[in-house]
Amino acid sequence: MVASRDSSTTSGRTPALGLRFLGLLFVSILLMYVDNRDNHLDTVRNGIGAAVYPLRVAVDAPVRFWNWLGESTTSRNELEKELARLNAERLVTSARLQKFNALETENARLRALLDARPQARDRARVAEILSVDANPYSHSLVIDAGTQDGVTDGQALIDADGVVGQVIKAGLMTSQAMLISDTDHALPVEVNRNGLSTIVVGSGTIDRLELPFVVNNADIRVGDLLVTSGLGGAFPAGYPVAIVDSVTRVPHEPYAEVTATPAASLGQVREVMLIFSGGTATDAEATVDE
Amino acid sequence: MNRDRASRRLPVVMSFVFALTLTLMPVPDVIAAFRPDWVAMLVIYWAMQLPRTWSVGSAWIIGIVLDVSLGTLLGQHALALCAIAFITVRFHLQMRVFPIPQMTATVFPILAIYHFLLFWINGVAGIDAPSVAYWGPVISGTLMWPIVMIFLSGLSYRTRSGA
Repeated sequence: MVASRDSSTTSGRTPALGLRFLGLLFVSILLMYVDNRDNHLDTVRNGIGAAVYPLRVAVDAPVRFWNWLGESTTSRNELEKELARLNAERLVTSARLQKFNALETENARLRALLDARPQARDRARVAEILSVDANPYSHSLVIDAGTQDGVTDGQALIDADGVVGQVIKAGLMTSQAMLISDTDHALPVEVNRNGLSTIVVGSGTIDRLELPFVVNNADIRVGDLLVTSGLGGAFPAGYPVAIVDSVTRVPHEPYAEVTATPAASLGQVREVMLIFSGGTATDAEATVDE
Repeated sequence: MNRDRASRRLPVVMSFVFALTLTLMPVPDVIAAFRPDWVAMLVIYWAMQLPRTWSVGSAWIIGIVLDVSLGTLLGQHALALCAIAFITVRFHLQMRVFPIPQMTATVFPILAIYHFLLFWINGVAGIDAPSVAYWGPVISGTLMWPIVMIFLSGLSYRTRSGA
């Protein structure tokens, strides 16, 4: 019944429909233009984002439930094995940490001797990844921390093995982060062996990074560890980023073709650490505009 | 009357929430490339069945919600959904009487237009997208249409008889 009432009235409303369509078209174009230009619409985005938050949690619930089920049904035997492994690992780590403490004091003393600026210790906070495909055409993820936890745009994300990415849109309760493998992402690094600084750019493939600006005669080898150099200000210095896996020197080209494998396993992170480095620039300086 | 309208809208709203859930659900990359545009398909369906209550305006609002949840340019999906809602409302009388194979053949170009608009906006905004895999959802969406159609017609029958 409703359907027939619907159609009989729409024929008379067709011109109005066209007008409304044109109006909304115009509004959309205006919105996109403003959104693409700068961040004026962040409050709107955050507002609607907060409304969609329950849905995100609901989508994530089955995955979480599955993990929980897996964890709670592990056999006692396996748990004991895991406990033993963790204990052994903890022993090794704490032994290493003792050395580290000594080294840190020594480093501070030497720095004081040299009159250098003392290295600030970075604070970290663990955030969980809501397993949501934010956008299939860019490498990004959504984490469960937002501005109310002190997250800011441009903040660095690491996991146990190395740099994961950086926050690009800090929402109220969730934030969107860009992985270092995104083609729009560039990160200033240095070769750990000799301090050669260069830039790592995402390749669009999750397990490969590119170093497009390494000159042909630069001292870089397969197996070199790349760490953040701290230049650009978005990332604190000294975190591992990637390991060089191929160096191809083409004689008539100015730059060598160098690729690297990310140190962090970008495809399978579940928890990340947000780095709060004391008072450095928070601008997303390390993202390329083009 | 008011209560009637609310009860009539509820199935539609629920179907959109469900579609959004399917859109955000994490799946392996291979499947994600062929994830049908559930929301776009629902916009086509409801614009065809209830063109008075669900036309360009509601499609636009749903598009904005989709933009926020996908993290795309604000207004991108809104514009594309608005456009396909417009096309569907214009042709809803013809489309409604089509048998399912013919209707599926009509849905294909509409989904293609939807994707073309998204693709085009990405191009203008300077966001590059992979070329061939980008059109996967159009094909999978068309293939899924008869199933969605049968599933939803049960729902909309109840919607109509409830009023």
